[in-house]
Amino acid sequence: MSNWPILSVITFLPLVGALFILLIRGEEEIVNRNARQVALWTTVITFILSLALWAGFDRTTAEFQFVEKSEWIAGAINYHMGVDGITVLFVLLTTLLMPICILASWEAITVRVREYMIAFLVLETLMIGVFCALDLVLFYLFFEGGLIPMFLIIGIWGGPRKIYSAFKFFLYTLLGSVLMLIAMIYMYWEAGTTDIPTLMTHQFDPDIQKWLWLAFFASFAVKMPMWPVHTWLPDAHVEAPTAGSVVLAGILLKMGGYGFLRFSLPMFPLASEYFATLIFVLSVIAVVYTSLVALMQEDMKKLIAYSSVAHMGFVTIGIFTFNQQGLEGSIIQMLSHGIVSGALFLCVGVVYDRIHSREISRYGGLVNRMPKYAFIFMVFTMAAVALPGTSGFIGEFLILAGAYKVNTWVAFGAATGMVLGAAYMLWLYRRVIFGELVREDLKTILDLSRREIWVFAPLILIVVWMGVYPASFTEFLHVSVENLMAQHDAVVTAARALPVEVAVTEVAQ
Amino acid sequence: MYQAIVFLPLIGAIIAGFFGRWIGDRGAQLVTCSLLVVSALLSIIAFFDVALGHGGARIELFTWFDSGDFAASWALRIDTLTAVMLVVVTGVSSLVHIYSVGYMSHDTSIPRFMSYLSLFTFAMLMLVTADNFVQLFFGWEGVGLASYLLIGFWYKKPSANAAAIKAFLVNRVGDFGFALGIFAVFVVFGSLSFDTVFANAPEFVGRNFLFLGQQVDILTTICILLFIGAMGKSAQLGLHTWLPDAMEGPTPVSALIHAATMVTAGVFMVCRCSPLFELSPTALTFVTFIGATTAFFAATVGVAQNDIKRVIAYSTCSQLGYMFFAAGVSAYGAAIFHLFTHAFFKALLFLGAGSVIHAMSDEQDMRNMGGIRKMIPFTYVMMLVGTLALTGVPFFAGFYSKDMIIESAFAAHTDIGEYAFVLGVAAAFLTAFYSWRLIFMTFHGKPRASEAVIHHVHESPAVMTVPLAILAAGAVGAGYLFYDYFVGHHYEEFWRGSLYLAGENVLEAAHHVPLWVKLLPLVMSVSGFALAWALYIKAPDIPGRLAKMHEPIYKFLLNKWYFDEIYDFLLVRPAKYLGLVLWKKGDGETIDGFGPDGVSAVVLDLSRRARKLQSGYLYHYAFAMLIGVAAIATWFMVMGG
Repeated sequence: MSNWPILSVITFLPLVGALFILLIRGEEEIVNRNARQVALWTTVITFILSLALWAGFDRTTAEFQFVEKSEWIAGAINYHMGVDGITVLFVLLTTLLMPICILASWEAITVRVREYMIAFLVLETLMIGVFCALDLVLFYLFFEGGLIPMFLIIGIWGGPRKIYSAFKFFLYTLLGSVLMLIAMIYMYWEAGTTDIPTLMTHQFDPDIQKWLWLAFFASFAVKMPMWPVHTWLPDAHVEAPTAGSVVLAGILLKMGGYGFLRFSLPMFPLASEYFATLIFVLSVIAVVYTSLVALMQEDMKKLIAYSSVAHMGFVTIGIFTFNQQGLEGSIIQMLSHGIVSGALFLCVGVVYDRIHSREISRYGGLVNRMPKYAFIFMVFTMAAVALPGTSGFIGEFLILAGAYKVNTWVAFGAATGMVLGAAYMLWLYRRVIFGELVREDLKTILDLSRREIWVFAPLILIVVWMGVYPASFTEFLHVSVENLMAQHDAVVTAARALPVEVAVTEVAQ
Repeated sequence: MYQAIVFLPLIGAIIAGFFGRWIGDRGAQLVTCSLLVVSALLSIIAFFDVALGHGGARIELFTWFDSGDFAASWALRIDTLTAVMLVVVTGVSSLVHIYSVGYMSHDTSIPRFMSYLSLFTFAMLMLVTADNFVQLFFGWEGVGLASYLLIGFWYKKPSANAAAIKAFLVNRVGDFGFALGIFAVFVVFGSLSFDTVFANAPEFVGRNFLFLGQQVDILTTICILLFIGAMGKSAQLGLHTWLPDAMEGPTPVSALIHAATMVTAGVFMVCRCSPLFELSPTALTFVTFIGATTAFFAATVGVAQNDIKRVIAYSTCSQLGYMFFAAGVSAYGAAIFHLFTHAFFKALLFLGAGSVIHAMSDEQDMRNMGGIRKMIPFTYVMMLVGTLALTGVPFFAGFYSKDMIIESAFAAHTDIGEYAFVLGVAAAFLTAFYSWRLIFMTFHGKPRASEAVIHHVHESPAVMTVPLAILAAGAVGAGYLFYDYFVGHHYEEFWRGSLYLAGENVLEAAHHVPLWVKLLPLVMSVSGFALAWALYIKAPDIPGRLAKMHEPIYKFLLNKWYFDEIYDFLLVRPAKYLGLVLWKKGDGETIDGFGPDGVSAVVLDLSRRARKLQSGYLYHYAFAMLIGVAAIATWFMVMGG
């Protein structure tokens, strides 16, 4: 089992699928059908294979597992892959969401189907690669590479303002990445390696740490996205096709959080400690600010996009509490948000496919014709407002508990999101689903098809599973998170003790 | 057995909800009702076993979550307090289920309704059997969800949707405090389980911690935060505005959720946390103050309402105030006793009102009723029983529990106790007045409804009247039968520590108050009746004239002290305005304006200028070169010189 390179297989299988699609020849109709089938089967098989990670992962160690390492470029850069408790679940989230995205695009995408499927499969490879890469250069390639298919997905299959949105997305993320690249080059120059596990134990000079931290922060804060660099997200979501939004909200946003956990915290612990207050301030602003903005949105996708920013605000708070509740909560929150916001975008996609509008005022009274849809939308609405028993609750509640430990103001500010979040979600639900069905074209709208139910069913299952018995997920996290905390605490206490020792020796002299 | 009590309703909800289309309306009714009845019967057995037979249990189901110390299990904790709540919840719920079969018979989505009712019952049972703060919170928010779904059950009505959202949001405001309270408990005690927290609470008496930049007393802060949650759920002053609007829901819902069970969750929580509240006199004073003020406030508003359900809703709000100030003066037994009796007679009143509304072709305004007692005699008698119990007429249930509360407030011999005593007595007068006003306006006098409606008035079917009769039996007998257990001689062996007391038992002192204190509530009740009779039977034109004469006061009461208007002005509108400003000005003009859009505008501008330079004319380029050469030459000359 441990002999075959499972991570590489999972990572590159989608790429193989993409090559297959490239080879398909024939009538457009046939090409489209085959492209869909190949994409679906590739992603499904990838998902099934990735379950081996779930089964074979050793929950009792913080070490990287399923490690593959071979020399790659000039002896300095290795092809080094591996997962630990923090990343393994993100890999699974990715492999789970991809078949769902393909299914959701089944009928919605009718032009350039082949290219579309290729873009998604390439994207999957790159996203899984981000979470598995254990070498800075490898990571950077995957991390930045992911931009390109996403840029194309928005730019080609997007809505009316797709070009503006695609460029806004690209510029924002690229600007952050350039700074990160400079920091990475410096790190290689300073530590003499690009190996991530080695760098995690390397101690950078405290003053340098701050600059490196800021450079990485520029990239991750945009990806997250944190206030005030969030404005690309609503535009990108609005213009992206449904599946694009799902991937964007479900996985791409998580890369920022993952980056903080993998790079900022372990590699620059002192800087992280130093900048924690900044993060808290920005995050609380994000929660309150974007919740209020979400309240007034007229476009469904924009509303959910703004709510994503608010939910990601919780995540950054959790990460920078440096305690177990905060860290585990933020990971659970990211997983949960990946499922829930993905599902909410799918919900929007369902009616968009039928009516071709995302205007909230365009709808109303859908429950009369679409009871199944109303039920599913309700489940995810409740998960989004963190109702106990859903996955959203576990994440949010753990984060708030962790935040309360550190600073009651932060917990207080973030907890207002509980009230505001309920306000905008329930108001959205009411305007779309409840009420009298008055519009003529809605009177013939059809409820969910069998395919659509299959899209939602696994997501509902996971939302409830994660809400009622989250232990099956948190057991992956415990050891890795404890290890992260222990390292962080050790460095921080050592740094605090240092000036005291100096003072003591000075007095002695 | 305990698992069955809690989970049978959930099974019913799932079956009716997901398979309602296959099993049909009748099937859904049958499944949910029978499962609920089984659950109720088991609860009665549990009550005898635990409360009277000294049993008890703690059943751990499985781990919910664990993250370091922050851990909680799904568990069922059964002690006397829980057993009492089990009987109340499953008892009223099963009767309401059965009643709904008749009441909702013309509705088009019966399985959905039955499913929601059962779902609510499950969440409420999880709440009362909670063994830790987070499971309590699960039930707490779960009943909130069910309440939201049921208030908005008739989703075509905009007013119902608005009321549903309002209920959820106002409760969320309370839960905001409640959640912070839970976090404070966790950080202070390092545990979320009731046993650990309660056992260690005495260590923290008088100690401070930092909360929002202030050094404050630990236990007082925790208790007040938790109590804010209770204020939301139990509709206490300030967070009460959702309850009257919640009457948009079907009447059985009002009876079950907004009278007998869910709204009493706050009282239950305070009693459950009595080991914490007892250690903080400040928090108890706060609870007493809010409770007493609500009891009085809601009663004054109830006097001026014309919607039959809203009168009862304000009455509920007021009675919950009684329960809270009972808990506030440490008379927890009396609080739960009133919760117990109130569940019977208030559910009875609501279901009776439902029967009236049913008979009057969905009319709810009492100004359009009157004179129907002969046409629906059974309902009339039921409503009379409920009113007698509510107004505290001797030997009816309310007499025992409400008088006990008022006497306890007096016996507490504290300033806040006196405050509660005075307002409690005043509210008793108002209670009698509005209750009899309701009876007289609805059943007595001349019929004011249209001919067609009056012609149609009919008694409800047996499936609705039998539950009424059972509740009526409770409204008559529950007080007398259980007095000794809840607040009398058998207090100690009945509660067996599930209610904690730090000092003397105030209930003991309450038995020995002066005679005038014992008689005062009764006098108030009788005078309330007399006034209502004088104004609505003897001289029915006086109320209108009075309202005209004292227009401002009448308006003030009719508009419920203007709470809704004030909140709309202070909170709702600013939030929307702020959202709009932050979106258009903040995101649009500032961030995008200086960020991507600004940058791209600058780049475009620069490139436009650069383009102008590239005119293609040779002499332009030559001229530019010449200037360049001249500039460089000048530079070297100046620097070199």
